[in-house]
Amino acid sequence: MGEQLEKIYDVELKPGAGEGYVCNLTKPEFAELMKTNIPKEPLPDEQMVEVALKRLDELRKERKSIQLYLDICVRCGACIKQCHYFIGTGDPKNTPVGRAELLRKVYRAHFTISGKLFGKLVGAEKLTPEILKNEWYKYFYQCSECRRCSVFCPYGIDQAEITMAGREVLNSVGLATKYITQVISQVYKHGNNLGIPEPAFKYNCQFLEEEIKETTGVDVKIPVDKEKAEILYLPPSADLFTNTDTMIGVAKVFHAVGADWTMSTYASEAANFGLFFSYDDMKAINLRVVETAKKLGAKLVIFGECGHAWRAARQFMEAMNGPLPFKFMNILEYTAEQIRKGKLKLDKSRNDDVVVTLHDPCNYARAGDLIEETRFVIQSVCNNFVEMDESVTKVKTFCCGGGGGLLTEEIMELRMKGGLPRATAVKEVVEAHGVNYLAAPCAIDKAQLPLVMKHYDIPVQVGGIHDLVSKALILEGQEEFEAKKKAEEEAAKAAAAAVPAVCGLCDAEFATMDECCEHAEKDHKISKEQCDMVCEAKEGAAAEAAPAVCGLCDAEFATMDECCEHAEKDHKISKEQCDMVCEPKK
Amino acid sequence: MGVLANFVVNVLPYITFIVFVVGVIYRIAVWWSRPSPAPIPVFPGQRSVGSAITRVLADVVIFRSLWQFPGNRILWLGAWVFHVSFLLILLRHLRYFLGEEAVPGWVAAVQGLGIAAALVISIPLLYLLIRRIVHADLKFISTPADYFVLLLILSVVLSGLYAKYFATPFVVDVKYVMRSLMAFQPVDLNTVSLNSAFLLHFFLVQVLAMYIPFSKVMHLGGIFFSPTRTHHFGGEAHTKKLEEA
Ligand code: HEM
Ligand code: SF4
Ligand code: SF4
Repeated sequence: MGEQLEKIYDVELKPGAGEGYVCNLTKPEFAELMKTNIPKEPLPDEQMVEVALKRLDELRKERKSIQLYLDICVRCGACIKQCHYFIGTGDPKNTPVGRAELLRKVYRAHFTISGKLFGKLVGAEKLTPEILKNEWYKYFYQCSECRRCSVFCPYGIDQAEITMAGREVLNSVGLATKYITQVISQVYKHGNNLGIPEPAFKYNCQFLEEEIKETTGVDVKIPVDKEKAEILYLPPSADLFTNTDTMIGVAKVFHAVGADWTMSTYASEAANFGLFFSYDDMKAINLRVVETAKKLGAKLVIFGECGHAWRAARQFMEAMNGPLPFKFMNILEYTAEQIRKGKLKLDKSRNDDVVVTLHDPCNYARAGDLIEETRFVIQSVCNNFVEMDESVTKVKTFCCGGGGGLLTEEIMELRMKGGLPRATAVKEVVEAHGVNYLAAPCAIDKAQLPLVMKHYDIPVQVGGIHDLVSKALILEGQEEFEAKKKAEEEAAKAAAAAVPAVCGLCDAEFATMDECCEHAEKDHKISKEQCDMVCEAKEGAAAEAAPAVCGLCDAEFATMDECCEHAEKDHKISKEQCDMVCEPKK
Repeated sequence: MGVLANFVVNVLPYITFIVFVVGVIYRIAVWWSRPSPAPIPVFPGQRSVGSAITRVLADVVIFRSLWQFPGNRILWLGAWVFHVSFLLILLRHLRYFLGEEAVPGWVAAVQGLGIAAALVISIPLLYLLIRRIVHADLKFISTPADYFVLLLILSVVLSGLYAKYFATPFVVDVKYVMRSLMAFQPVDLNTVSLNSAFLLHFFLVQVLAMYIPFSKVMHLGGIFFSPTRTHHFGGEAHTKKLEEA
């Protein structure tokens, strides 16, 4: 462990430091769309306690994890320093055990013999509306359900389970966050978290197709709503707007292996915020995926680069919505498999401009068993890969600080504090190895980590793994296109060099740029490398010397002048108005 | 001391036994019966039943999880020494219960280790106690019950040591008492030589035993049910072998 990382564990205890970070409450229009039955507004105080206790009692009977983890914690404190929100804030209620105690004390008081008999002596405290509003609602939304604490607990106590239970109890009394309920509402209305309506979704896919065509010359299809397909692909919807390079990379992989795939506008989102909210909504969102896959007759469902999407699928889909008539996998497993089969033509050197390190998304590593594939794919597509310290990677990875439904504006300060451990680890490899690319194969990471890196002033680019795959992957026909493009560019450059030039220092004119540069070196002692600071193409000359097209008859000409002459002769357009007709060739 | 001693020796042990056994079974039955709606393993190491078992065993025997974080390694040492000592002491005590006259060979074999453990165990116990007081974060999360159980065990240990080294009862009589209890034959206290140091120790032990089913000490049973550790993935829908049509 590096010195800087070691230092993050010296946490100064600041009780109450987390009090100020409160997520906005939900609104009736979102609350009523939830599949979980939640009141539109927080219940009046007199009803709160009874309803909450009823729900808590149900939950501990419905889930072994909750009952057990409420019972067996010995408060040894091994988990205390494993939580990024405690490291960032110093609030003891943000330690995994401290957070769980908020619920445990209530459980003891109402549901255990020792708690009923001895009360405070065994750490029992009766539930009040204040506990719900001021403790649970605040601190269960300062846990990103990353499950890091569980790795270090001698019994594997998973604080995320307690947090999920706490949130479900809060739901029952109408204390839900706006962010999470809004996102889930978008899924029910539009099929994805961002609320992209169907036409915009399709339009964006076309746009990306065009972009691929422009850069590779290859017709790569990004199919949406095909009637039948072997593979249903679920992207995180942000990949269609902000992280488009990831989407492009994925589309290219499918193209390269000739896969029969499609996306669906009914289930156009891999992410499942139900994981952060309630089992009922998680199940309902997963169901959209299952239904779509069945309708398509898909044999394989592939989840895009998204961490918690992978957990909702990997750990819950079969159990909640099964049996499933298809197999499912993560896109990284798929791409890794294709690489192993030798189906992708990869040129690692195309990523030589980057030195890459990997942030393991919590839900890939700890929930999804997706540790080796990510590394395998990265190392297959680029030469420079550096691991962060082993104490913060793989199963011990630290959360980005924005997971678990906390990726919302109003708690930005908390998010930045929670990002401290990851930022510190990245800083170490940036300083030691010149890392400049932080691979983060998760949509939440891609939104959160750039802000964290900026906040801590760490000069790295954050991006997906398929962004790198995209750069290294060479499609059929791409090399010919590139060669042609390069030749054209060189020709254009040569043409530009052949254009008359003017020396900016003495206004002398020359027939070509080269001649001007020679003059600059001889007469003004300006080296040829810096020539462009002095010599300029004669105004208008470049355009005039470039090939032109007549807009009326599409005839092509070597220069603008020739085109204008043609326009005057054949179309009776005066030379002054020539620019309305003749255009430089694209 | 007549009535009280009689109660502690002839009555309380049966109550203790019933409370302990029924309590422990009840707690385990509750955990056993709670459903697990979804598999929630924390990876890695649970790709099969075998690897899940190995991992739980490593957690039980060498406290694997505590070792992982350098800052937890003193705790790891303290906790491990404490538990191993506790176990050895328990094993040593079997000599009062097993065998008509002579104890079984293996019980005789652990006597030396048991005595060493009894002498040592106070050190980790004190460490476990003191850390709760000096570390501000631990102090914040500790409840009175956490101090209580450490103090209770410490008093069992000290009263036992006192009984052994300073107010030694007649060992043959101790065994006679235990075997009588096991045979449901009340002991006439006037016929055996027990002293108040032993009676105090015996009483404290029973308090501890009765306290266990209601307390966090049950963690020792709970670990075998922990879903993050015991759940595993086998041949369900997700598979890494992509069978392309
Ligand atoms: C029914 C259960 C128990 C009985 C009948 C019992 C009985 C005794 C007796 C008679 C002695 C003192 C004399 C001698 O060693 O010759 C003793 C010592 C001791 N006991 Fe117990 N005990 C019991 C359970 C426990 C438990 C659960 C602990 C837990 C930590 C414990 C800790 C000790 C210690 C530390 C000593 C002193 C060292 C030794 O001689 O082993 N005992 N016990
Ligand atoms: S590590 Fe586990 S047992 Fe120890 S305090 Fe944390 S949750 Fe409780
Ligand atoms: S799950 Fe993560 S965020 Fe929540 S308490 Fe544990 S370490 Fe902290």
